[in-house]
Amino acid sequence: MSDSQGTSTASSDITRRELMQAAAVIGGAVLGEQLVPGAISPALAQAAGAATAPLDVSLRINGTEHRLSLDPRTTLLDALREHLHLTGSKKGCGLGQCGACTVLMDGMRVKACLSLAALAQGRDIKTIEGLAQGEELHPLQASFIERDAFQCGYCTSGQIMAGVACISEGHAGSPQEIREWMSGNLCRCGAYDHIVAAIQDAAAVSSSTQEG
Amino acid sequence: MHPFVLERPRDLSAALSFGAQAGRNDAPVEYIAGGTDMVQLLQEYVRRPDRLVSLAGVLDDGIEIGPQGLRLGAAATMAEVAAHQAVVEHFPLISQALLNSASPQVRNQATMGGNLLQRTRCPYFRDVGYEACNKRVPGSGCAALDGENRWHAVLGTSDDCIAVHPSDLAVALVALDASVELRGTGGDRSVPLSDLHRLPRDTPHLEAVLEPGEVITAITVPATAAGLRSHYLKVRDRASFEFAVVSAAVAIETDGARIRQARVALGGVGTKPWRLPNVETALAGADFEPAVLRQAAALAAEGTRGRGHNDFKIELMQRAIVRAVEIAGARA
Ligand SMILES: Cc1cc2nc3c(=O)[nH]c(=O)nc-3n(C[C@H](O)[C@H](O)[C@H](O)COP(=O)(O)OP(=O)(O)OC[C@H]3O[C@@H](n4cnc5c(N)ncnc54)[C@H](O)[C@@H]3O)c2cc1C
Ligand code: SF4
Ligand code: FES
Ligand code: FES
Repeated sequence: MSDSQGTSTASSDITRRELMQAAAVIGGAVLGEQLVPGAISPALAQAAGAATAPLDVSLRINGTEHRLSLDPRTTLLDALREHLHLTGSKKGCGLGQCGACTVLMDGMRVKACLSLAALAQGRDIKTIEGLAQGEELHPLQASFIERDAFQCGYCTSGQIMAGVACISEGHAGSPQEIREWMSGNLCRCGAYDHIVAAIQDAAAVSSSTQEG
Repeated sequence: MHPFVLERPRDLSAALSFGAQAGRNDAPVEYIAGGTDMVQLLQEYVRRPDRLVSLAGVLDDGIEIGPQGLRLGAAATMAEVAAHQAVVEHFPLISQALLNSASPQVRNQATMGGNLLQRTRCPYFRDVGYEACNKRVPGSGCAALDGENRWHAVLGTSDDCIAVHPSDLAVALVALDASVELRGTGGDRSVPLSDLHRLPRDTPHLEAVLEPGEVITAITVPATAAGLRSHYLKVRDRASFEFAVVSAAVAIETDGARIRQARVALGGVGTKPWRLPNVETALAGADFEPAVLRQAAALAAEGTRGRGHNDFKIELMQRAIVRAVEIAGARA
């Protein structure tokens, strides 16, 4: 209905269009780079200033503890990409709808764009960067290559993280089951058939190694 | 996002003391649980609280089943409840409604409390580029009345708002006579789920009956009759990962080839989760003859009001009821 989903926003910055749009609708004023809502009472402006005071946040990513000073508004995805430069997790929509930002939190798949970084403190976070063991690819990474399960690659890290969880949850029993349990990850290139095949292959490897 | 102070209280009483209020668009202090709806609303400037109070770690996430029935802690996630063995066995309607909601990722993050208090998916509400939305900005009008209203409600609407309550879980729960337990600084109370949400009337920005500070601590569902058969039917624009166009939650007790008692609720068509007592009465004693079921389901159309693009829902919801009753009846 509008193109607002297409405007990707960098960390806590907001695009000029978003600013103008928000300002136009909520009757705020744009001062420098900051949006001051409603009537610009000094008290409100001050409260807004105070609100951005950074928080000390400690994040455990791929086994390493990182201490960061973050604006409370920072999402986990922005903390990963903009502050830790772990750009493997992608921002497609920033609104929970595409799955490109999928990471594992305490072993479970979540959308990093819907988590505030400060609330991810104390959780064990795994990103695509932490999947391979040294030079050895994770079986699902290997089968994505083997099966040609991507074209542009933008959705791929999210697909792989979601696929790893899909297999460990035991939801990779059939192509239909994989399709249902991977439905939170969209692929604009339409590589779905190959993605399903890659997950099936990796699931077979993981069940045979478990049995063996 | 509008700047906010993030509070991470140690315990529930500390959390309550900030006076956050869910379900209204002008509250300066808001709770955040799983964040799957709240972060989206913050990103889009639909919600602009000055203070955000995290409920992480301060609410019960237990799932308990006993002779009285089921108790779901407000912090239990959609995924945990959907997969819980006792829920699957004794309250399959709940599990089904949850597994047909959102995506595996969202279900891992989202909580019971947040699910019930998630905000409408009305596209005009969610896009501040549209000026007219009484729910977002009281008194600004309603862009949906004469706009793209294919997704909008036909039951419980007003001249000020026709937005659908989007939760699938709430539809299943309202059919099962669930209640929510609330805790505020003034104490505890229990509210039937059917009374948790308000009709829009001329105050669509007020969505729930929560007082400032109050939280949902748990959902309770009374034990259901042994042999209760149920089905959650969700009709949507794509097969998965989509909100309902129309959904029907049906639970029936049978007596041989007849329906002894039925509970029927609809999603995707009401401004709140919609229970249909008149359809239930008509189904009581009925057999499974298609014509009989159709006649009972037709009563769902009482009081409906379409706005053009959504007129089709009035017929579709009757068919959804018939189909859900048939599927529930065919269950062993
Ligand atoms: C891509 C996508 C698809 C979705 N599809 C579906 C679907 O098909 N069906 C469906 O039903 N839902 C769907 N949802 C909605 C999802 O179920 C909700 O976002 C989720 O349940 C909200 O839970 P949460 O814990 O994340 O809440 P939050 O986002 O943290 O909070 C939501 C609201 O509830 C309030 N709140 C939370 N907990 C409490 C409490 N205990 N007491 C008082 N107030 C509280 C918050 O203040 C806030 O106002 C979808 C969401 C996304 C992102
Ligand atoms: S239907 Fe309700 S939420 Fe949607 S635009 Fe109208 S007032 Fe806003
Ligand atoms: S970036 Fe699209 S779901 Fe997170
Ligand atoms: S490979 Fe291009 S979006 Fe999936």
